Amino acid sequence: MTDTPSKFGEVVLETKDLRKHYPLTQGIVFKKQVGAVRAVDGVNIQLRRGETLGVVGESGCGKSTLARLLVGLEQPTDGSIMLKGKDLSKVSSRDMRSVRRNIQMVMQDPYTSLNPRMTVGDIIGEPFDIHPEVVPKKGRIARVRELIDLVGLNADHINRYPHQFSGGQRQRIGIARALALNPEIIVADEPVSALDVSIQAQVVNLLERLQDEFGLAYIFIAHDLSVVRHIADRVAVMYLGKVVETGNEDEIYEHTTHPYSQALLSAVPVPDPALRGLRDQIILEGDVPSPANPPSGCRFRTRCWKAQEICAQEEPPLMVRPGSEHPSACHFAEERQVVGAVS
Amino acid sequence: MTTEAPVKSPSTARFLSQLDMTAPPLEVRNLHVEFHTTSGEAHAVNGMNFVLSQGETRAILGESGSGKSVTAQAIMGILDSPPAKITHGEILYRGVDLLKLSDEDRRRVRANHIAMIFQDALSALNPVFTVGFQLGELFRKHRGMSRQASKAKAIELLDMVKIPAAKQRVNDFPHQFSGGMRQRVMIAMALALEPEILIADEPTTALDVTVQAQVMGLLSELQREHNMSLILITHDMGVVADVADSISVMYAGRVVEDAPVADIYARPAHPYTKALLESIPRVDLKGQELAVIKGLPPVLTNIPPGCAFHPRCRYAKDNCKVPPEPPHYDVDVNRVAACHYWREVIES
Ligand SMILES: Nc1ncnc2c1ncn2[C@@H]1O[C@H](COP(=O)(O)OP(=O)(O)OP(=O)(O)O)[C@@H](O)[C@H]1O
Ligand SMILES: Nc1ncnc2c1ncn2[C@@H]1O[C@H](COP(=O)(O)OP(=O)(O)OP(=O)(O)O)[C@@H](O)[C@H]1O
Ligand code: SF4
Ligand SMILES: [Mg+2]
Ligand SMILES: [Mg+2]
Repeated sequence: MTDTPSKFGEVVLETKDLRKHYPLTQGIVFKKQVGAVRAVDGVNIQLRRGETLGVVGESGCGKSTLARLLVGLEQPTDGSIMLKGKDLSKVSSRDMRSVRRNIQMVMQDPYTSLNPRMTVGDIIGEPFDIHPEVVPKKGRIARVRELIDLVGLNADHINRYPHQFSGGQRQRIGIARALALNPEIIVADEPVSALDVSIQAQVVNLLERLQDEFGLAYIFIAHDLSVVRHIADRVAVMYLGKVVETGNEDEIYEHTTHPYSQALLSAVPVPDPALRGLRDQIILEGDVPSPANPPSGCRFRTRCWKAQEICAQEEPPLMVRPGSEHPSACHFAEERQVVGAVS
Repeated sequence: MTTEAPVKSPSTARFLSQLDMTAPPLEVRNLHVEFHTTSGEAHAVNGMNFVLSQGETRAILGESGSGKSVTAQAIMGILDSPPAKITHGEILYRGVDLLKLSDEDRRRVRANHIAMIFQDALSALNPVFTVGFQLGELFRKHRGMSRQASKAKAIELLDMVKIPAAKQRVNDFPHQFSGGMRQRVMIAMALALEPEILIADEPTTALDVTVQAQVMGLLSELQREHNMSLILITHDMGVVADVADSISVMYAGRVVEDAPVADIYARPAHPYTKALLESIPRVDLKGQELAVIKGLPPVLTNIPPGCAFHPRCRYAKDNCKVPPEPPHYDVDVNRVAACHYWREVIES
């Protein structure tokens, strides 16, 4: 990705050709590797201070795997992750803890991601057990109350258990916990997908407020392209383990050039009956191929209406192409207006 | 589809003679459903009303727990009772109250007249039988067809829902199909016996957007072709805007607004509808501020008195907080809203 000037701060997180392949094995006693699921297969992203990078794509394209790699819940098969300029594969295990403190995760499911037997205070304060240096022991309770307050919950509920809260409130607890160690980066994997629409806006607005207040950088993963448009400054569109297009919010939503992004965007229903029949809806044929056996060349070619011979032979690199200013991984990248009415 | 006229048994003929074909395909009147729970009676459906007209697509929209699926299950006669209990109301199919029918007639309606598609297609299909067997079973059981004829029917149906290579795929098991394909198989099953009414309960919620577009497109096309009346249950205001003619917005088990789709989006008359529309981001708009609906959905064992929405409502005044609940005010022909202050809401 090119280093375009940006209103945001310095680069805080960067991946280079990041890969995660899960081995596919056969046999019970003598396990033999027969292939691999290429869940994340060469991803380059960059995130600046104070910026939100939206990651979108359909089920199974590797979004959650990418998230787990970024926060260290999983080790890459190949490639590197640079956190504040440090290559994580080269950080000593002694320094790792303090480096990792800078990047925290908010999980998708507010119903299962919190330990039901712990009080809210213990859940939010748990990271201090691992990082006692962050808050002195006797200041802990005050800090936990402050965090509860920060996410708009009642600090007097510090001794309640998760089941005593609604889904949206539980997601706030997850956010408070992620903020406990004053990270600079938060990776949020579908943080509002499990919430009711009337509650979603509460959580989205909270994330935006916290970002303004603390200059947080977000990786915001979602399959809801409307929410991502609302919250993201830049967007990366993933298909079968790869980023196929990336750009700022306007470039992706108004000037998209990759056929997959175009199909994805055009499929999003718009809550406006006046636009019925006036939108350019691209209906894709066929199903998503298996990430264990991706098509040769361009991975999207089996569903692409523009595919030519070259698409099966040469993998189109993610790069800026003539007629457009943002990178796209399509041999025939071409702008097409797909959201809103066709003019 | 070509179906040879089914042989009518005397009991079928008796049932059919009760129907008033000039009455709307379906009308739900003042339906109440409760669940007996350890923390008291949960009032899941509290006076549900709507009329489904011939050939119409009516959306039933509401958030999780608002009573959409329970309403659908009551119509189909598949509620688990206990714990569920229908305490009031009528469900009229062509003028005949389904709640008063014998079990046999009820089954007849389910098999031949009103079909339903469930949200979770995988769990609705039997994993140990091939897709073809399960489709064919319908024709063997309800149409008395032979094995061979029913298999041909199954292939025809898979073709209709655009499963590629239907002749081969008919022998596959459900797990060999993708999520979108399974949902299309469910549509095929629901349409197999050519029902007049189809109830689709969140038919695309579990699917990716590109697959959702495929499935919704197919559903609309088949509905037109077969002149079915369709009830589409969803919480997605985008999907509703794309396909529905009219919409019933539910809150706490009750319709709070019922209107033609274009009207409701242009000028919502109930504060809840209005707040929902303002709180969802749109893919075609950037930078709009998301309005927040304060508070939480109601607890069904303890629904607020008066207007159930009043604790979260920015228009609420004292009379909203006490019984009776706001009646369905006529906002226009074909349009009602259950809010004392609908005039103010629609003008703001
Ligand atoms: N631990 C694992 N072992 C083997 N395969 C895995 C593992 N985790 C993920 N995968 C596979 O990797 C691919 C990417 O999965 P991932 O969960 O990252 O997708 P996703 O984009 O988050 O999808 P969703 O939108 O459904 O959450 C999928 O094919 C998945 O089945
Ligand atoms: N078998 C049951 N026992 C007890 N309560 C039930 C049962 N089935 C449904 N309910 C309750 O009835 C209420 C309405 O449920 P329903 O399934 O109709 O909601 P819904 O509008 O379909 O929501 P969703 O969008 O989540 O599917 C819920 O509060 C639910 O907990
Ligand atoms: S009746 Fe009152 S509380 Fe209910 S929606 Fe209208 S204004 Fe709000
Ligand atoms: Mg995921
Ligand atoms: Mg439901």
